[in-house]
Amino acid sequence: MSVDVLVIGAGPAGLAAARAARRAGARVVLLDSSDVLGGQFWRQPLAGGSDADIRALQHKWDRFVALRRVLTDDPDCEIVTGAQVWAVDRRDDAPPVVHALVGPADGGDRRRRVFVPRALVLATGAHERTLPFPGWDLPGVYTAGAAQAMAKGEGVAVGKRVLVAGTGPFLLPVAASLLHVGATVVGVVEASSWRRIARGWVPRPHELRPKDLMSKSAELGGYVRALAARRVPYRTGAAVLAAHGDSRVTAVTVARIADDWTPRQGTEQRVEADAVCVSHGFVPRTEIAISAGCALAADGSVRVDEEQRTSVPGVYAAGEITGIGGADLALAEGEAAGRAAAGRAGGAAEVARHRAFADRMHSAHGIRPGWKAWVGDDTIVCRCEEVTAGQLRTVLAATETRGLRSLKLSSRAGLGICQGRICGRNVEDLLPDAPLDPGRTANRPIVVPVRLGEIAAPPVEREV
Amino acid sequence: MKISVTVDGERLGAVAGQTVAGLLMSRGRVSWRTTSRTGRPRGLFCGIGVCFDCLVTVNGLSDVRACQRRVADGDVVETGAVDER
Repeated sequence: MSVDVLVIGAGPAGLAAARAARRAGARVVLLDSSDVLGGQFWRQPLAGGSDADIRALQHKWDRFVALRRVLTDDPDCEIVTGAQVWAVDRRDDAPPVVHALVGPADGGDRRRRVFVPRALVLATGAHERTLPFPGWDLPGVYTAGAAQAMAKGEGVAVGKRVLVAGTGPFLLPVAASLLHVGATVVGVVEASSWRRIARGWVPRPHELRPKDLMSKSAELGGYVRALAARRVPYRTGAAVLAAHGDSRVTAVTVARIADDWTPRQGTEQRVEADAVCVSHGFVPRTEIAISAGCALAADGSVRVDEEQRTSVPGVYAAGEITGIGGADLALAEGEAAGRAAAGRAGGAAEVARHRAFADRMHSAHGIRPGWKAWVGDDTIVCRCEEVTAGQLRTVLAATETRGLRSLKLSSRAGLGICQGRICGRNVEDLLPDAPLDPGRTANRPIVVPVRLGEIAAPPVEREV
Repeated sequence: MKISVTVDGERLGAVAGQTVAGLLMSRGRVSWRTTSRTGRPRGLFCGIGVCFDCLVTVNGLSDVRACQRRVADGDVVETGAVDER
């Protein structure tokens, strides 16, 4: 089958892109590394979940069901799940050749497939950013996304007494999901102060359409009601400064922080908990875009024009990789990208409307530099290679390097199996001066770790 | 559908569609690996296949992400792996 439009990622943006491209008459192949559609936003059990349980944990579920039905019923849309894209080869004036391994996650005998698409839509989403703090490597410390994935995908609560901490509206659905699967949420701790949240969200209300405002308010209001009904304390202007325990978390230290996130001395409180779920925002998953040669914006997201075109001919990007903005924006961008990739125009206005919300979220919840004050010399920064902040500082002082690549090779931070995904941005921020090669930690020519035997095998087919 | 999986030599009932991490955590395990440098315990962290902290050995093949791999009937899962370098 010829591939007019290849879409990578089957979350909100990728699903919307695939449908829009099909409506415009293109033949579509949709790849996702998971074995179910929906991405992280619509993560669901593979089997065995009741409809009531699914609906309790999902948002905009009917939109997902409709998208899934249209695409799975369509013979001109091939959906390939369990497809891990591991590399792309650039071509002149055309989208890159895309290499995928298809089969069970990290399996040894996955099938190699190679795609040579006429147009490529990247909808690879984002992963969480978690700032380091003493004890964050203890079992029982999770990203908030992990708690959400375990609740939505497995019906499992990551702990019995759980604290949710960090910043951003995402903390609320995570706390609500934890309650639904039976955890006691001992608190939700938001780093931003009320003052900053208000300053971020409230100005220029005329820019927001009443319908959108109502929809967002209803969504957040639902979570707030769920938390209030269970008397979950919600506090702002505070952060988890340490996790305590021997072989697992048994307690955390929570303290008030200033507007720049510097801890306020003498405000520390110890909270007993067997799990703490932390989220400080999201990092776009840009490795495929970077390998394809797409130009990035200053914040590390993929730069696109009003029709979601990247700087590489025939390559489009949609959703969180073009800037963190949530599912509504991802759906709108996916629609525009799919249509443009299939050769049609339109959709830009819809995208601009949702951007207004994303901008507000960043000004209300963006990371502030005072977090570095809660990282001690013996706090691990790179979890894979177990490199502490002290070791990083020693190497920086000894080598006087300002290059992220040389810092990685001399300190080992970012050299481990996660390929610098967890520590990359944090290492960049810990440098005293701006690095010479900003964003370098997101450069991963081999997109994920793969087995040599799998890539040595000849491709099953080359699909043009 | 109920299936059977062996974890560290013990036969366990599991549900088709569960991930290895979901199975381990539903049985109360919070860590199942130790780090190579300092021998510290690790288990699930990111839950979406990004951090590689939750690695297990499945059917003799090491370095499989427990949060990404679904259990299949008859799978043999071994935990406690130390990556040796």
